[in-house]
Amino acid sequence: MGKATVIPFGPQHPVLPEPLHLDLVVEDEKVLEAIPQIGFVHRGLEKLVETRDYNQFIYVAERICGICAFGHSMGYAETVERLMGVQIPPRAEVLRAIWHELSRIHSHVLWMGLAADAFGFESLFMHCWRLRERVLDVFEKTTGGRVIFSVVKVGGVVRDIDEGQFAEMKRVLEGIKSDYRQICNAFLKDASVKNRTVGVGYLSREDALELSMVGPFARASNVNNDARMLRNGGYAYLEGFEPILDDQGDCYARVKVRALEVLQSIDIIEELISKVPQGEIAVPVKGSPADGAESSNVVEQPRGECYYYARGNGTKFLDRMRMRTPTSQNLAGMVKALEGCDLADVNMIVLTIDPCISCTER
Amino acid sequence: MAFASKSPWVIHYDASSCNGCDIEVLAALCPGFDAERFGVINTGNPKHADIFLVTGSVNERNISVIKEIYDQMVEPKVVVACGICACTGGIFHDCYNVIGGVDKAIPVDVYAPGCAVRPEAIIDAVVQAVGILDEKSKALAAARKGA
Repeated sequence: MGKATVIPFGPQHPVLPEPLHLDLVVEDEKVLEAIPQIGFVHRGLEKLVETRDYNQFIYVAERICGICAFGHSMGYAETVERLMGVQIPPRAEVLRAIWHELSRIHSHVLWMGLAADAFGFESLFMHCWRLRERVLDVFEKTTGGRVIFSVVKVGGVVRDIDEGQFAEMKRVLEGIKSDYRQICNAFLKDASVKNRTVGVGYLSREDALELSMVGPFARASNVNNDARMLRNGGYAYLEGFEPILDDQGDCYARVKVRALEVLQSIDIIEELISKVPQGEIAVPVKGSPADGAESSNVVEQPRGECYYYARGNGTKFLDRMRMRTPTSQNLAGMVKALEGCDLADVNMIVLTIDPCISCTER
Repeated sequence: MAFASKSPWVIHYDASSCNGCDIEVLAALCPGFDAERFGVINTGNPKHADIFLVTGSVNERNISVIKEIYDQMVEPKVVVACGICACTGGIFHDCYNVIGGVDKAIPVDVYAPGCAVRPEAIIDAVVQAVGILDEKSKALAAARKGA
């Protein structure tokens, strides 16, 4: 056995689209311990509630993270609506849920591409991103933006989707399905991919519960914690909702859970399109949150449960806005999964928690 | 160094961007926009790169990382600030941990604004950057002859 050495990983690293630093304590080729360091993306945007009123802050909330941008604007708007006791029109709720599920498809397909890049399967990476462009085209047609939409406002949504756009959306999703199945085949059945994922980075159910994992990372360890089961907002219109679980707890299970969630999201969108209620898309919101009023909210982001907390102080500026984002929960599990892995598997394990560092550090 | 302008290699670093610009930088290189048809290749190694694409604003913690990557790149090199945060700080300009645009840390040659920056704008900026790269390499060659 050799002597333990420390290998720095990041912040600038080819597999990481975002800066995260890990000190890997390595003995021979085994990782004994991984010590994460964060703070490269910290901007301090929670403090901006002091200078931006609750209507303006939605643009800041949306830019917490560019991948789950829609989820953050929706989560923030719902929290403020609860704070002020605003009931938004049913059509706005369903439209929000449709956009949110489309964001999940785009986020998961993006992640699958990055994961393919992490194990060196570059053509699969390109195929995933090619597919993702079609979802982005739907976003561009319905909201005007590709990654940042600015389509949610406190009290509803800014834009309506008409029947023609719904038909187009359905057509695109139907077209994605067959291409997506081929990509899934490569991820779930290709031997070279399986060699890199099966049995790698195991996290047991007990550990996942102990470390309070969230999102697909936890669901791959058979922890049932999908916040969509609360049936908030537009999800109340669904016939039923069953989260996708797996009990293997390794990288393969995490790929599988996300791969199946994309198909589930397509089904959810198709069901919601058939049930969109007619009517207004927004209600006017006047006044400001009461002094001392508090509210909280949970949204299932693509990466897991995100918790929002808001407190008013009688002015149009919020007293406090707090988000607990999924990756900040999952970092502990990532460190646990890295213990005892091979050095070559580090990038795969780091990628399978789907780290979103700009969410974590805000 | 004429070959650099035929196939410029880019390196991307997320300074403190919200990811929006990062995924657009990658999307510009992927099949939808396919900047690779112009010979643009993404590399993870600063020593191989000609063009440095920076997204997001500079803060206290990453200013040394940006400078380090810039210093490791070999001359001639061009810096492109992608997105409004990298240009000026954007929506986060008055956050307590944001110093400002990337030009507070290293010299920037091309600014590509937008929130998030559109892939077309990135490709446009890279094309401009290739022109600057050509000029810089000519100046470098002339300086070498003179010396």
